[in-house]
Amino acid sequence: MSTLEIRGLKVSVETEQGAVEILKGVDLTIKSGETHAIMGPNGSGKSTLAYSIAGHPKYTITSGTVTLDGADVLEMTVDERAKAGLFLAMQYPVEVPGVSVSNFLRTAATALRGEAPKLREWVGEVRAAMESLKMDPSFAQRNVNEGFSGGEKKRHEIMQLELLKPKFAILDETDSGLDVDALRIVSEGVVRAKDASQCGVLLITHYTRILRYIKPDFVHVFANGRIVEEGGPELADKLEANGYAEYVTA
Amino acid sequence: MTTLQSNILENHTPTGREEAWRFTPLKRLGGMHDGTATPAERNSLAVKGALPTGATFAHQEIIAVTQTDDAIVNRIREFTTKGAVLTIAANAEISEPIFLNRTSFGTDTAEFSRVLIKAGNHSKSVVVLENTGDTHLAEDLEIVVEPGAHLTLIALQEWGSKTIHAARHHAIVDRDATFKSIVVTVGGDLVRLLPTVDFISPGASCDLSGVYFATAGQFFEHRMFVDHKVPNAKSRVNYKGALAGDKAHTVWIGDVFIRAAAEGTDTYELNRNLLLSDGARADSVPNLEIETGEIVGAGHASTTGRFDDEQLFYLMSRGINMDDARRLVVRGFFNEIVSEIGIAEIQERIMARIDDELAKAGK
Ligand SMILES: Nc1ncnc2c1ncn2[C@@H]1O[C@H](COP(=O)(O)OP(=O)(O)OP(=O)(O)O)[C@@H](O)[C@H]1O
Ligand SMILES: [Mg+2]
Repeated sequence: MSTLEIRGLKVSVETEQGAVEILKGVDLTIKSGETHAIMGPNGSGKSTLAYSIAGHPKYTITSGTVTLDGADVLEMTVDERAKAGLFLAMQYPVEVPGVSVSNFLRTAATALRGEAPKLREWVGEVRAAMESLKMDPSFAQRNVNEGFSGGEKKRHEIMQLELLKPKFAILDETDSGLDVDALRIVSEGVVRAKDASQCGVLLITHYTRILRYIKPDFVHVFANGRIVEEGGPELADKLEANGYAEYVTA
Repeated sequence: MTTLQSNILENHTPTGREEAWRFTPLKRLGGMHDGTATPAERNSLAVKGALPTGATFAHQEIIAVTQTDDAIVNRIREFTTKGAVLTIAANAEISEPIFLNRTSFGTDTAEFSRVLIKAGNHSKSVVVLENTGDTHLAEDLEIVVEPGAHLTLIALQEWGSKTIHAARHHAIVDRDATFKSIVVTVGGDLVRLLPTVDFISPGASCDLSGVYFATAGQFFEHRMFVDHKVPNAKSRVNYKGALAGDKAHTVWIGDVFIRAAAEGTDTYELNRNLLLSDGARADSVPNLEIETGEIVGAGHASTTGRFDDEQLFYLMSRGINMDDARRLVVRGFFNEIVSEIGIAEIQERIMARIDDELAKAGK
């Protein structure tokens, strides 16, 4: 059983006009096996929260703590956070020219497992992961995210989730830009990963449709850099019906 | 005709004020340009391994097939009338690569080397030219690609740190012939290479690509010139370089001249540089001169950038440490061209050398 704990997290970004505070004190605790959904208007800071946990250099933590089973995540380098068990499926996955998916995945798995996976087993593992996400095997030879469609990038993210088996997965709008079939395939991947490793999931989304596949235990409303309301799955339906007006003006 | 002149060099000792020499640190040329070098009576170019049927190689009297005003080439021609000649027989289709290499004799004397590679009518071949060790080398390499022939020339500069190498690699490409060149420069104190192409009949094409990696103090210059003087020829140029360390300096000049007669020309040239540290300098000058509007296409692009933080973040967020992430990104950057070599052993060797150069550069 692991716990990811975020306390009083304040984050700012450097702009031409100086530092701008984006996160204004976020508190959130996620335990293994739990699924938390975060919903909130554009620009409210959801991706900022995700990136800050993962350690993107653009964001400056001005106060607060993030711990994983008591270990100080904010002290860790980006790769150390991944090794500690954090995974971020990005809203906009990055293209890495000239680096094949197959080479990338194997390098990542080697880093996370501490040794190179046995070739034969690894090939099977990758093939199975690609098959279950309905990705053509030719993707293994393509360069990371290069020329991938929006939906293909998201499948690739979830394929990594299945292969890399983190303790906590943060999914930043993994459902955006997916057609109905892809949404089901990707959601099933997340559920499979969760069932297999009992990881905790932090799911950032604008739509309840993904929550029909990945049932949240908790729903958090995010507005203006902080969590403004928390509830169970029923809160998501209320948000979809009423929007965020009451939180934004409040 | 400014473009043309930029690659036709004055037949005197360069002063550094000439367009063609303005980037080159003349003092570091070992005197090969001004007559003060001590040329040795030798041409160390040899066949490595067995020569496949269809190819012959000999050291013999040599007759230049082109004229040039390049000061160094003219000094080579004054010094010796002998050279190494590799001939691919007409219609020979040679699947395995032909390996040529040089022995380096240190830096007390200079090797003034003439070479002719002749790809016969409708032949098909791949020639690999391997250069290693420490030497001073002035090289006059002429390449004749006869009608319908396909020649790939892979020129590897894997020199030691003391080498000075100045070369002209000039290809004459005939009707419907294809010349493909891959240049790799990853070692040496100073390397100045002039890959130039002369299309002499319609339907000819060339594909000039290259990679270079300069670390502290190294100077690598690659100066192309593609002369489109006949109709319907096609040229592609793609060079990628990385620089790391204080006073690492690279120069890429891409001169393409489309003369009035060259209707139907299709050309594109590209140079990308990755600056991996402060104190390094990449000069990149694409230069397209067009005398006719009746062309298929003509374009160029040049970029110089640093590591992409987003790429490094993405890789590291998957557990890959900073050094490995940088290595992956740099390998990825060069992969497009290195993978064109098509010989796994050489590709792996070049990539390993690139890893070493990156490690040497540190952070
Ligand atoms: N470099 C920057 N300069 C100025 N503002 C920035 C910068 N980076 C982020 N921001 C601002 O931070 C705020 C939060 O952005 P973030 O991407 O976290 O929002 P989000 O909740 O994920 O939105 P969306 O739902 O559209 O994905 C936005 O208003 C954004 O414009
Ligand atoms: Mg976002």
